[in-house]
Amino acid sequence: MTLQLATKDGSDAGTEVGRDAPLQIKGMTVSYGQKPAVFSVDMTVPAGAMTAIIGPNGAGKSTLLKAALGILKPLAGQTLVFGRTLAESRDRIAYVPQRASVDWDFPTRVIDVVLMGLYPKLGLLGRVRASHRAAATACLSRVGMEDFATRQIGQLSGGQQQRVFLARALAQDADLYLLDEPFAGVDAATEKAIIAVLKALRDAGKTVVAVHHDLSTVPEYFDRVFLINTRKVAEGPVEEAFTIENLQAAYGGRLATAQVDQLNGTLG
Amino acid sequence: MSGAEFVPLSLTPMLIGVCVAIACALPGNFLVLRKQALIGDAISHVVLPGIVVAFLVTGAVTTWPMLLGAAGAAIISVAAIEAVRRLGRIEPGAAMGVIFTTMFAGGVLLLEQSDTSSVHLDVEHALFGNLESLIWLDATGWSSLVDPVALAGLPVELVRMAATLVGVALFVALFWRPLKISTFDEGFARTIGMRTRPLGLALVIVSAIAAVAAFDAVGSIIVIAMFICPPAAARLMTNRLEHQVAWSVVFATLAAVTGYVLAGYGPLWIGYVSSVSAAGMIATVSGVILAVAALTGPHRLRGGAAKEI
Repeated sequence: MTLQLATKDGSDAGTEVGRDAPLQIKGMTVSYGQKPAVFSVDMTVPAGAMTAIIGPNGAGKSTLLKAALGILKPLAGQTLVFGRTLAESRDRIAYVPQRASVDWDFPTRVIDVVLMGLYPKLGLLGRVRASHRAAATACLSRVGMEDFATRQIGQLSGGQQQRVFLARALAQDADLYLLDEPFAGVDAATEKAIIAVLKALRDAGKTVVAVHHDLSTVPEYFDRVFLINTRKVAEGPVEEAFTIENLQAAYGGRLATAQVDQLNGTLG
Repeated sequence: MSGAEFVPLSLTPMLIGVCVAIACALPGNFLVLRKQALIGDAISHVVLPGIVVAFLVTGAVTTWPMLLGAAGAAIISVAAIEAVRRLGRIEPGAAMGVIFTTMFAGGVLLLEQSDTSSVHLDVEHALFGNLESLIWLDATGWSSLVDPVALAGLPVELVRMAATLVGVALFVALFWRPLKISTFDEGFARTIGMRTRPLGLALVIVSAIAAVAAFDAVGSIIVIAMFICPPAAARLMTNRLEHQVAWSVVFATLAAVTGYVLAGYGPLWIGYVSSVSAAGMIATVSGVILAVAALTGPHRLRGGAAKEI
């Protein structure tokens, strides 16, 4: 029985959109007060791709991600991760919150934040061993932050903080990486470093989903896009779904003519 | 001072003061970091009417009815805050302020109207407790610490407070990692399956238990001070949570011991005949410790705090 299941998982991983897709969101509806922030959104993320969630400010991008992860309580909707419920697949998910969502004055060091990613392995009282520290340090090296291991997190720049968050996600050793605006307020070097790490993850067969703001970098960074403005506008490979028509449908009048011209250039 | 005088008269109040200080400071570390520091203040205010009602019903100052009364008052407060917030359409902080002061004032009025002269329960007691009176009459000197007969006569408040401290310390030790992770990054904590809301609630309940257990012995002033001053001072000494909690225990102990000694003997040293309230002096010392840490602590200027300006 177990063997059969394993084979099934293995064979489905390669298919474009299987029942066991890394992330499937069904009928997600979230509301703040009277106003729906996300309304009846379906989303299917295939394995081994990098997907950008894009849409105007207040379109519900972060909200969709948080509701899918159970951080926010949706009015309705369901999340399946590799065909299983959220609770059954916690250890296959790594989430990188918006950098500004935490208090960086918290008394802790860089290495301690990365070790938080190992909590599911350590449990309540498991001892932090040299092997755990080595694993955490290796994750810091992957984002170029190994020299900062014993720094207090408040002493880091915004870009460095974002890299530490990514290192924590790497420590989780997940199959599905969900990032909320990983490039917001970071320097160019950090942006390059982060995208290199994410592409390496994708090339290793992992699945990456990121809330993204900068439309001009979408074709360069991502394989797929998911356009949202409270409701789903479009979803698919960049070359099919990332079109001027879809963008105008998602952004409405908020997409300035200049941006359209620029995108025309980007899209060729 | 000889053991024959110190052990019966000063040892137990001092130990109770230390237990109270640490039991409040431990959860206080997390409350301060969660920017919920005023919850300690709030708890010690809202529980007063509950404790008074429990006393009026049972006619005695006993532990369980008081804890139940305090818990009842806390639940009523939470519901009332929510009602004021929604019906009055005002912000949560203001709603809390209204309810806390109203509950405490109501408790004071109840106290004044009821006949509590037979026991040590009055407005002054509510604020400052009766730490000095918790003496160990069965003790004759240091040897009493190993004398089972004398130990049986230890003030019940010391046993109760020591048990509370053990419980609080066990909670913090057992849930150290979830408390740390969810205090730093609640969203992340949820995605790895931590039940952050029940945990946050448990932290408030543990704080409430510490506050209520301490209330009878030392009053509300010291409780408020110990939830905030030692952790806030400790934060200025280090950039690691583990070390911060250790510092807060040191500061809490220092405040309790120094405060007790200064209250009992300080006035004599400067020529006055009577001593001052130990609880008041302990709270004052904890404030002085915070002030000194704020002026000289190695981590008072932190990157995270200064950068935004």
